[in-house]
Amino acid sequence: MDAWDEYTEKVMDHYEHPRNVGIVENPSGIGVVGNPACGDVMKLSIEVKDGIIVDARFKTFGCGAAIATSSMVTEMIKGKSLEEALRVSNKAVAESLGGLPKVKMHCSVLAEDALKAAIDDYYKKQKQENKK
Amino acid sequence: MKSIYMDHHATTPLDPEVLAAMMPYLTEEFGNPSSSTHEWGRRARKAVEAGRAQIAESIGAEPDEIIFTSGATESDNLAVKGVALSAAGPKGRIITQATEHKAILDTVRYLEKVGYEIYYVKLDSYGLIDLEDLERNITPQTFLITIQAANSEIGTIQPIAQVGACAKAHGVLFHTDAVQAIGKMPINVNSDQIDLLSLSAHKIYGPKGVGALYVRKGVKLAPLIHGGGHERGMRSGTLNVAGIVGLGKAAEMAHRERDQETRRLLKLRERLANGIRAKIDQVQLNGHPQQRLANNLNFSFAYVEGESLILACREVALSSGSACTSSSLQSSYVLRAIGVPDSLAHCSIRFGLGKSNNEEQVDFLVDLLATNVRRLREMSPLYDMAREGIDIENFSWSKHDHEH
Repeated sequence: MDAWDEYTEKVMDHYEHPRNVGIVENPSGIGVVGNPACGDVMKLSIEVKDGIIVDARFKTFGCGAAIATSSMVTEMIKGKSLEEALRVSNKAVAESLGGLPKVKMHCSVLAEDALKAAIDDYYKKQKQENKK
Repeated sequence: MKSIYMDHHATTPLDPEVLAAMMPYLTEEFGNPSSSTHEWGRRARKAVEAGRAQIAESIGAEPDEIIFTSGATESDNLAVKGVALSAAGPKGRIITQATEHKAILDTVRYLEKVGYEIYYVKLDSYGLIDLEDLERNITPQTFLITIQAANSEIGTIQPIAQVGACAKAHGVLFHTDAVQAIGKMPINVNSDQIDLLSLSAHKIYGPKGVGALYVRKGVKLAPLIHGGGHERGMRSGTLNVAGIVGLGKAAEMAHRERDQETRRLLKLRERLANGIRAKIDQVQLNGHPQQRLANNLNFSFAYVEGESLILACREVALSSGSACTSSSLQSSYVLRAIGVPDSLAHCSIRFGLGKSNNEEQVDFLVDLLATNVRRLREMSPLYDMAREGIDIENFSWSKHDHEH
């Protein structure tokens, strides 16, 4: 089944012109989730200053929906505090894209998981810093 | 550039000559070929028999060995279940292999559930069957071998003449699903020693909804569809006259044009393969390098997920073995059966060349692929990891469950 004839204009826009591709210059946290055997892997890096995500960039191996949700989540978390960012759900990401085809909803879970993993990584690094 | 159709394993456009041959039977010639009491019926019967003769001629069969069906799925079902249900004695063994079309795989799985034994012949990494393994596993209980002529995803051509000889030597019936092979390679039911053969009209520029099963004289089949005793009792139901005329015409044309068109497709295929290899690195060919259909290529573009690449190249109609193009979220069972790792199966693209494709389109596609593979690799974390020398297959990935 072709799901992508059901992609919204917003999904296509973020797929064609993904925002924030790459790795932030000074990563405060990095999350890598997914599995190439499952067909999608997302790497999200964030730069945090005074509890605020000042930059976020992604690299994604995955279908059109995975790339679009990756791009969208970076847009949504930039400028947010870590607490606010943690409240960004996969559903919110999908909604911001005008919805995803049902079979593609798992792609938005990948984005949420990557976000949590990056923030986790940031907290872990903070702890290590504090121990020093 | 106008959209380009390059998915000819899925289906082909109806040839205008075929449509022209069919038209009278969709309009004024509406007779039922079973009506023997008037001209309308007799003219319809004549058209059906002409179609039967054309199909028979194209595979070296006799006209009365051709049974019309609704398509190759029905032909496969009729061949396998028909033979199984007519075979006397206890439920025996059927030999097949793992890259068959689902019309075969689902049918033998069903028969397995009701007590038959199924053996899947070993395959090499190109998808070729192991003939020794085949012969070793023919038991006294074996009554049918069903091996496709060529695969629709990876194009691998099976050694059907050898399978036929082996089946004959052991007194076992041999069925082949020749849907993808018709018109692209010579097939003769006598020299290849085939007892049953499935074919479909819409893969050879004919209409959808019509196919045929060749049944060698003397082979007994139990019908799946009972009714008015049409097709010598093996397949009841009023005949699809226009469809049969179309199938006959399409088979005749495919047979007549085969050598010339195959040579043209081979050249086009090599142009596409060479173009891809010259402009894109880290590509893997899936399927056999030589023993493959003239119109088929299947490449995995490492680190680039297939659906995203198809989406990027959507001016060209292609297909992928990626899970993201299937509703089951499973990667291609064919690629998995020949040992292609999932991570590469997701990156596979199938190219199915056909009559309408030309060099200009192939060159356009090569450039389109090169541009977008580059773009998507720049976006791919796997590409970075590979460049850093990290082994992607053995990296400890997080478990990612698709069933959220």
